[in-house]
Amino acid sequence: MSRQAIGLIVVLLLFVGLLVVRAGIGKGMGRVYSERESVAMVQVEIPILDVVEGEAKGTVGTESVWVPAASDDAVDFASADSPRVEWETTTPIKPGTYFQDPSNAAFELDWPRTIGIWVAALFTLAIFSFLYKDNAIYKIAESVVVGVSAGYAMVIGFWDMLVPNLLGKLVPMFVQTHFIPGMTDTSVNWLYIIPAVFGILLLMRLAPKGQWLSLWALAFIVGTTAAIRMVGYIEGDFLSQINATVMPIYQVVEGANGSVDVYSTIWASIRQFILLIGVLACLTYFFFSVEHKGVVGGVARVGIWFLMITFGAAFGFTVMGRIALLAARFEFLFDDWLWLIDPTNQRTIPDAVAVLGM
Amino acid sequence: MLKRNVPLLITGLIGVFLIVANFFPSLSAMSEDFTVFFGIIAAMAFVLGGGSLLKVHLKKISDRNAGWAYSLIVLGTFAITLAVGLLKIGVPPNPGFPDKPWSGSVNADGTAFEWIYEYALKPLSATMFAMLAFYIASAAFRAFRAKNIEAILLLGTAFIILLGRTFAGYYLTGWIPIDGPFSGLRIEELSVYIMQVFNTAGSRAIIIGIALGIASTSLKILMGLDRSYLGGGN
Repeated sequence: MSRQAIGLIVVLLLFVGLLVVRAGIGKGMGRVYSERESVAMVQVEIPILDVVEGEAKGTVGTESVWVPAASDDAVDFASADSPRVEWETTTPIKPGTYFQDPSNAAFELDWPRTIGIWVAALFTLAIFSFLYKDNAIYKIAESVVVGVSAGYAMVIGFWDMLVPNLLGKLVPMFVQTHFIPGMTDTSVNWLYIIPAVFGILLLMRLAPKGQWLSLWALAFIVGTTAAIRMVGYIEGDFLSQINATVMPIYQVVEGANGSVDVYSTIWASIRQFILLIGVLACLTYFFFSVEHKGVVGGVARVGIWFLMITFGAAFGFTVMGRIALLAARFEFLFDDWLWLIDPTNQRTIPDAVAVLGM
Repeated sequence: MLKRNVPLLITGLIGVFLIVANFFPSLSAMSEDFTVFFGIIAAMAFVLGGGSLLKVHLKKISDRNAGWAYSLIVLGTFAITLAVGLLKIGVPPNPGFPDKPWSGSVNADGTAFEWIYEYALKPLSATMFAMLAFYIASAAFRAFRAKNIEAILLLGTAFIILLGRTFAGYYLTGWIPIDGPFSGLRIEELSVYIMQVFNTAGSRAIIIGIALGIASTSLKILMGLDRSYLGGGN
């Protein structure tokens, strides 16, 4: 066994040892507690009141609705034969709530979510292991990302797009009966046969023969994208940005008493002037039909300075965004998993918080 | 004919119709339908992506190429996610329609699919993006050199923006009175000023350039001058 492998094993053992020690201190670590709740619904026939001028004059039939089994409607209208459906839900609670009243039968250790916390923590560490070097643990995590994200996109595409927008238009009664009972429009729209056909043509790319048919679907996607993007960018970006730039340089700022705030007016006007100069200078730099020499060259150079400031700001923002994400991952590891920090009083017993005024 | 001209015709007709629809309110409903069509075909493209993923990784496994075991993990996690999501495993019914077991949302709290998102996809992708913090810092340390005025501007702005969003920035210029005439020199104020004025100016010019580029490229595609999406090199 190489020295490097021995070193890795030692680090891993040390890590596991530290975890075991941490798990044995205080209230332990990495657990999620939930409150179990039973949901019971019962189908009842509720009379429809005949209301005339705000006054009930009798009933005009009944309507069949599902109501909670403990509701007044259920007590009044449900019988022993009424259809009834029950299931259980679990809602995560703060560990502190559980520690306060561990004998509460509704509170319990939530095994799926607890396992989830551990899986998420190990995945996080697996990805971080790439900072040392490319290794098998990282590659496993990377493969999971590929597999899960592909499956996730397909599932979301199916339930959120294909079922309501394609099947819901072509076979609405089937969709209403099984998947979306609340769907109101149940008329068939045969126009939606077009995306169905193009979608199937797109899948021809996987077929051994007739792959060229997928070009028709691709042509549809390209045509739609080009048209929508062209109009959208001209309207939403090109015109709106020009509209926002072509403003009076003299910007009047009024104070609280309605009079002109001279100091703020000067600064707002300078700001608008710099903005206008900046946009024009940058556009001059992007205009390559004229050689960047003389006055044009000078203005283009000012444009480059503005662009450098923009790129610097973008860089700073990106770095801060990534650091915020990194901080969030560390917070997850140290707070949710290891229980070493508790910035949101998750594990503090509520009474103690109240007494200490925290 | 069928392989080249029909796709060009489809692209042109669809594109012209959607552009013209903007000028005729009576066509706007149909235009919205076409936008939904696009979404539907894009969702079907995910199936194509899944099929392609299967094809590539199954070949890798059958050929016993290097790293085939990772392909096994890719396919395994793909199949599990797909099965859990499409079969709505552990999804309770919609409380309004409890007799319809398939009526619940696949993303509902406590479902197996939500578990996969919350405890696998989210931490993995968030950590991958978070790791970029190390690499950006490392790349910046190696590449950033204040050699000329442009580099100084870029470096200085990045430094001010970074400082402006940290406590260090507040402490550094905290001695400047907040209501005095020089309050604009406080790092956090400077950072806001840069974002609102200089960054806005540069971003506007870039956005205008992008919009013009997209409009001209779209026109080239719709007019059949750009056929690169059909393959074949022209």
